[in-house]
This record gives sequence, C-alpha cells and structure tokens, in this order.
Amino acid sequence: MGPIDPARVQKELDARLGRDVYLHLETTTGSYTALGPEKRTPVIAFVRNASIRYERGLVTGEGPYRVGLKLDSGWVYAQGLTDYTVTERDELLLAGHDEEGNLRVGLQLSLQPFRE
Amino acid sequence: MSILPPSPERIDHLVEGMTLLDPSAERGIVVSLPHPDDESFSSAGTMALASDAGVPVTYLCGTFGDMGRRMGSPFFANRESMRDVRERELADACTILGARYELLGMRDRMVEFEDPHEVATRIRAVLERLDPSTVITFYPGHAVHPDHDAMGLATHLAVAALPDPKPRLLAVAVGDREQLRAALGPQQVAVDIRTVRQRKLGALRAHRSQTEMMFQRWESERDDDEQMRAYREENLTVERFYRLNGVAIPLPR
Ligand SMILES: [Zn+2]
Repeated sequence: MGPIDPARVQKELDARLGRDVYLHLETTTGSYTALGPEKRTPVIAFVRNASIRYERGLVTGEGPYRVGLKLDSGWVYAQGLTDYTVTERDELLLAGHDEEGNLRVGLQLSLQPFRE
Repeated sequence: MSILPPSPERIDHLVEGMTLLDPSAERGIVVSLPHPDDESFSSAGTMALASDAGVPVTYLCGTFGDMGRRMGSPFFANRESMRDVRERELADACTILGARYELLGMRDRMVEFEDPHEVATRIRAVLERLDPSTVITFYPGHAVHPDHDAMGLATHLAVAALPDPKPRLLAVAVGDREQLRAALGPQQVAVDIRTVRQRKLGALRAHRSQTEMMFQRWESERDDDEQMRAYREENLTVERFYRLNGVAIPLPR
C-alpha cells in the first residue's frame, strides 16, 4: 500500500462502475482500548463480502480522502482514507491509517469475493 | 537501549502460594488460543521449556488473526495480505519455541458467534489425537477480547468432555491486575521462565506486524511507565495460570 493518488483511485472506481462487486467496509478502534489509559469502549464494525452495484463512485477531499458510492437504493461511505493498493487478485483496497500504522478505516471492492 | 535487565535472582514474591509447574516433566502440551501471538504473550516460556526437554508442544490456533488493526510500524500488511503475513509470523514463532501449530481457520473476531459446542467438538478431536497432559487456554469471561473468552469457553467444554484422567487445564487471565485479583484471586500455578526469556522475546518479535510498535516503545522508553516496566519484567520471568478443571463456567446466552 502507498499514499492515495486520487486520479488513480478514481480510475479504479470507474472500472468497477455498474458491475456486481463485493464490498468489505470496516472501521475499528482495536479491541484493547479498554486497557488503555482512557479506558474507552472498543468500537468496531465490519461488513465482508456484501454484494453491491454502484452507479456513481467518487473519491473526494485533499487527503485524508473520502469515498462515496451511490447504489441503486442506498449509499456506501468512508472517510479518513490515506492509502491504497490494487492486489494481484485485482482487489481495490483503500485504508486509513493512524500515525503508528494502525488501520482505522477500510473500504475494499472486488469483482470476486474476498477470501473467507 | 537494552530492554532486558538481568533476570531477578529470586522469584518468591512473584509466585507466592502457587504451585511451580515443571513443563519438562509433562507428557505433552496443547495451547488452545484464538490468535497468532496469543501463545507467545501468554505461554512462550512454558512452551520452550517443554519442547527443549523433548515434550511435544502444539499450538492450536483458532483464527488467522486477520482482522487485527496493527499492520506493522510502519505498516507493511493490509487486510487481505494479513492472513498469510500472520501465518508466516506464527510459523517463525513456533520454530523459535520448538512447537508445531494447527489452525482451526475460524474468522477473526467471530469466534463468539460460532456454536461453542461445535467449536468444542473440533478442539476435543485434536486433544484426543494428541493426548496432552496439560492444556492452556484463556480464562472465559476474564480475557478482554471476545475471541479469547469464546476460545477459552470452547476449550473448557472440550476438556470437560474428555474421559478421565483429563489433562490439567490451565487458564490465562488478561486485563487489569487488581480487577483480576479481586474477581479470581491469585493464580494457582506458575512456571519459572528465567532461563528462556530470550526465546520468549524472540517469539514475540517474530510476530512482527503485531509487536513491532511495542518493541519500538520499549526500546525508546516512550510511554514507558513504572507499571508497564514491572508488567513486562514479570511476564519475562514467570508465567502464571489459573487451574480451570472443575471450575463451573456459565454458557453465554
Ligand atoms: Zn488475542
């Protein structure tokens, strides 16, 4: 993974437009926040291999970036994205990392299901 | 900067009232925990002492740990590469500890949503095949991460279903020390790991994606308070366990 190049990411989003794609979407504080000095409750959510189709998909912002996908009947949204890569399996992976390299948010799209 | 002061000469204050277990005298050890790296944090010293004496040691690992948020520091893994990265790290750690590993292949974070009896049946099959004298797992309800609690419960059910004589079942509790002491009292069993503390550090380092940041902190002594230092020193000196055989553990709703 490397820093998001918005033009390249936009091309990748366009390439998957109007097709049945698998979505992985997540956000996480990590599981151990309750042990930290602030004793915060962990907040974690993910969806893996939901099937979607989007008619508009944009990457916006000056970095960290936002991505919004307009579906036939709904939306997909992620904010705080910093890095991206396209894997050997042609999966588009977008992630937001904190200063220490921890993942905080992820939005991924693939024409084939992500590994289960 | 050394993160490893010399081993303390005396450990009496750390193991007061506990039975000292000699891993080299075991017939076999199975460590049953959900994530690659749980074995190194909790039991690396015990595993190394056993395997050095020719005792077969197996790490039965519930998941690939591929939903973690640590990606290395600086990050080198991503959500999709994480599974293979962590299995390689696990293989390296097990080589250092002289252990073999088996994966149950459950989805990270999702162990508590599986049927505990089904998971227990799979664990039991492994225990029947390997016939260990000691099994190590997490203390259900006292292990912070829901996967830890769920794997502890399933392992408890698996051991309870074995015919007598059952293996000794030892449990690792995680979390605030004072709270754990208040809820569970002191541990009953301790292993003196002073002679293999380098191996424990090596195994922890092998789980690079997960521990790199921790070692960077230790070495820079950034964020390093007295309590953290004491905790680290203790866990590189002794490994302490609760006895779980015969303890009634409520099933979740
Ligand atoms: Zn764990």
